[in-house]
Amino acid sequence: MTKQTQTSAELTTTEKVAFSLKKRHRKEKRFQWMGRLAIGFGFMLVLILLTDIFIKAMPAFHQHWVKLEIDYRKDWMKIDSSESVLAGEGSYRTTLKKSIYQMFPEVKDRKQKRSLFALFSTNAEFTIKNYLMENPKVLGKKVDVFVRLDDDIDTYLKSVNMPGEEFSRVNQAQAGWVLELFELKRIEKRWNTSFFLNGDSRDPELAGVKGALTGTLLTMLVTLLLSFPLGVAAALYLEEFAPKNRWTDLIEVNINNLAAVPSIIFGLLGLAVIINMFGLPRSAPLVGGIVLTLMTLPTIIIASRASIKAVPPSIREAALGLGASRMQTAFGHVLPIAMPGILTGTIIGMAQALGETAPLLMIGMVAFIVDIPGGITDPATVLPVQIYLWADSPERAFLAKTSAAILVLLSFLLVMNSIAAFLRKKFEKSL
Amino acid sequence: MKKSLALLSLLAASATATTAFAAGRDTINVVGSSTVYPFSTVVAERFGKSTNFNTPKIESTGTGGGMKLFCAGAGIDTPDMSNASRRMKKSEFEMCQKNGVTGITEVLVGYDGIVFANAKSAKQMTISRKELFLALAKEVPAKDGSEKLVANPYKLWSDVNPDLPSTKIEVLGPPPTSGTRDAFAELVLEGGCKKFAWIKAIKKQDKKKYKSICHSVREDHAYIEAGENDNLIVQKLTANPNAFGIFGFSFLDQNADKLQGSVVDGSAPSFEGIADGSYTVSRPLFFYVKNAHVGKIPGIKEFLKEFTSEEAMGEEGYLTDRGLIPLGNEKLGQIRKDVLGLKPLQL
Repeated sequence: MTKQTQTSAELTTTEKVAFSLKKRHRKEKRFQWMGRLAIGFGFMLVLILLTDIFIKAMPAFHQHWVKLEIDYRKDWMKIDSSESVLAGEGSYRTTLKKSIYQMFPEVKDRKQKRSLFALFSTNAEFTIKNYLMENPKVLGKKVDVFVRLDDDIDTYLKSVNMPGEEFSRVNQAQAGWVLELFELKRIEKRWNTSFFLNGDSRDPELAGVKGALTGTLLTMLVTLLLSFPLGVAAALYLEEFAPKNRWTDLIEVNINNLAAVPSIIFGLLGLAVIINMFGLPRSAPLVGGIVLTLMTLPTIIIASRASIKAVPPSIREAALGLGASRMQTAFGHVLPIAMPGILTGTIIGMAQALGETAPLLMIGMVAFIVDIPGGITDPATVLPVQIYLWADSPERAFLAKTSAAILVLLSFLLVMNSIAAFLRKKFEKSL
Repeated sequence: MKKSLALLSLLAASATATTAFAAGRDTINVVGSSTVYPFSTVVAERFGKSTNFNTPKIESTGTGGGMKLFCAGAGIDTPDMSNASRRMKKSEFEMCQKNGVTGITEVLVGYDGIVFANAKSAKQMTISRKELFLALAKEVPAKDGSEKLVANPYKLWSDVNPDLPSTKIEVLGPPPTSGTRDAFAELVLEGGCKKFAWIKAIKKQDKKKYKSICHSVREDHAYIEAGENDNLIVQKLTANPNAFGIFGFSFLDQNADKLQGSVVDGSAPSFEGIADGSYTVSRPLFFYVKNAHVGKIPGIKEFLKEFTSEEAMGEEGYLTDRGLIPLGNEKLGQIRKDVLGLKPLQL
């Protein structure tokens, strides 16, 4: 022990440095590896998550249609002129039923007929109605019309290798009919356009994200239009103009606290103030946007202030020295330089708002809404709420829809982020 | 400058929209139970497609939350209907009256079963409500038969009854905020609890104590609160064949290839069993209509007509395809008559 201390004491500083060099290099390498490992681990988790969602979502992007021979007989339709067709009259459900039974003449029993009719989407009567309204000339004739299969049959076709196999929610007779239709080449797999063009529905084969997507777009627009100017103005005032005293300190503490308030509280505030006091409509993107603005404002203010603070004072001094007013300095010089940071803060705030459901529950945006919203006061819902509602539905086919809606939400986020990145680049370049 | 202009125009637009909104609403607003939601929405969607009225907007707020909104007032900005997975409470009825909601029509929609189920890869369980009470209650009568309560000592199903499998008691179920949990406590736990004559005797003396004995669920990880999402329970059950789950019948119906319902008190959960009452764990589903809004909001009468039609609520109606247990034909006829006549509720 004593011998060792003696030898180390005899070393000069240079020697000591040289001696520990290897050790320090090793340390650095270890740290680098740890960093790489951490990134790799995080990346792997994201990859697993995304693949899982992607695999689960795949079935939702395709849909099976079946070609039915529809007999638009006038006595079944109970109409006899194309004028009545265009007026929307006619008993399509009866026509559909009778046409189907005509295709399967061997089905006689009432119960059997019921399970045969259950093969087709409840929307089929509206599909054949639309077809006739587009082609009024086929009234009285027999034509092939494609209709959607029921979600149970659709799921069945997606999960078995060969139609005809056994499956829980499909009985033997139904499996037989599906096989028959399949062998006649009447079943067709198509890209599921209705997923992107329809609003919500309780029939998985009809449900789409357009309503929720429009609602999200409107809500985000309101949030952006309110929170961005307010947030930037507040940050600019507090940093550039406001005197530093106890009041501004108090405001700063409050803003920081507000950023940490759980989002459901903002929902309660929205219900009490915006809906009950101001009488704005429930479930409207306008109210949703205002509530989410309250939530994103602190994030934007804090990020904007940090970014404004980081602008070198020399720029301000130069501008003031050349005779610019404080207003001109702030808007003409400080703000453009701070803009990339402000935009980053805004996008973080908006991304938070995009995924929020808790405050929306209070103001009635967690709802079943079929009609696609046309404005900011129409009833609407948003994508995360749609995901939640589908995940909670008993129908099996909604499982795939849920994952598909998550992918749509992620794409929306990606688009939002890319726009922000593009703007950031533009501002950085113009400096 | 441009931004503030945009802001101003937005505020102006919202102001005009508000006045327009206050003048009238053309979409029916429904709030309430998440259990009735799947049925309500199907009717709403069909109603929107087959008529010229807007598709009613249905919010899933839970029964209690829905009642609060519904009873807040008679104004046009309050909901027109409220779904409930239990009957309206007297206190709620009084709150409604106090706030000026005087004419309320009650609609009995049908029944919903609550099932106790496990994965199909395991054996089907045959169990009684008394055994379920012993396995899941927080405090149970002592094993020696004396009239004393002890903390639930049972670890395995076979501890409760040697005929049951010797696997760990592991039940996934809804949290106390859920209506399904309330119904489970009332129908199953209390049903089993009542079998002990001395506990039943407590009811007469101390109703509160009786309720706390019969409705309290154990908290030592044998009963796992799995959240309100029934789909989650279904997925967890398939992953763990030793676990059991508590959820609504419609989820069992939709996942019949993966799950099996346990036989409770001699009857397995089935469509027919719940309808004829031989499966005892079922509850009625309701919705309530604000009579004052009929005629003010377009389409309420027509919506009620669609909801109570044979094609929807009848024995072969489209709601039964979604797992609703229908009322008998006779009862449906009576209810339809009462509802379309807007017979006011008396409690």
